[in-house]
Amino acid sequence: MMGPDVVWYLCVAGFLFCTGALGVLIRRSPLIVLLSLEIMLNGANLALIAFARHYGQGDGQIFALTVMAVAASEVVVGLGLIVAIARRKLDLDVDKLTTLRG
Amino acid sequence: MPAPVIVASFANVLVWAVWVVAAFACLGTGIAVISFTNPFYSSLSLIGNLASLAVMYLLLSAEFVAAAQVLVYAGAVMVMFLFVTAYLGDRADAAWAGGPTWQVLGAVAAASALFVEVVVVVGLKTSGRLSHEAKVDSSFGRPYEIGRLFLTDHLLAFEITSIVLLAAAVGGVILGAHSREEPMRGVRQ
Repeated sequence: MMGPDVVWYLCVAGFLFCTGALGVLIRRSPLIVLLSLEIMLNGANLALIAFARHYGQGDGQIFALTVMAVAASEVVVGLGLIVAIARRKLDLDVDKLTTLRG
Repeated sequence: MPAPVIVASFANVLVWAVWVVAAFACLGTGIAVISFTNPFYSSLSLIGNLASLAVMYLLLSAEFVAAAQVLVYAGAVMVMFLFVTAYLGDRADAAWAGGPTWQVLGAVAAASALFVEVVVVVGLKTSGRLSHEAKVDSSFGRPYEIGRLFLTDHLLAFEITSIVLLAAAVGGVILGAHSREEPMRGVRQ
């Protein structure tokens, strides 16, 4: 394979995953939490595709496509929840949605 | 030096250069997504992130996944994000970071510890084993190959994906339709 080794791709994937995790942890806006989740899923996708290329088998790409479909579904439900929260005139703040707290 | 060797090394340098640009664009836009206050700019940065990831998928000879990434993610999903951001207007501008500072510091420490763990594990455990990559022919990653895998080896995953998408569509409709009734109870305003 020309260009960088699979290890370099794995480092980028790890950095993307950690960036997304940091966004989920420190941001309070549910929109940006969803965007950070997308970054985490994309980091996992990059690792899957790098390994698919490394082992020469297409199954990793199938996994990545499935992850994309699941991410699209997750975004639909998450954005529906955000719109529902906004319609009820509640604050868009994940720290204030405490109904399910035990 | 014979001509094919020169051409091959030049192509190698070119691939490295494209990879470096794509990787740094990817990391920079990833950090931009989580640091903008305005969700509109965050969504635009995520589009850049997805585009640079698609470049890296092309370098990994995953052409179909790169095309799906640009069409599905950077096209459809991000348009949905931008519509919701526009619908919310200035209410979407949320505070940058929540909670006391020790929470933010703890989150940064946890994320960097995770990254260091990933790098250490990748560097220590895989150094010898990941050096021989498989040879692939030119059909690898083409739509034909993806379709063959989806309809033979991974047929169950393919069908379950369609059910998941259908359930998400129904859930989105229900969440959007029944949200004008009584306000949620137990929510601190």
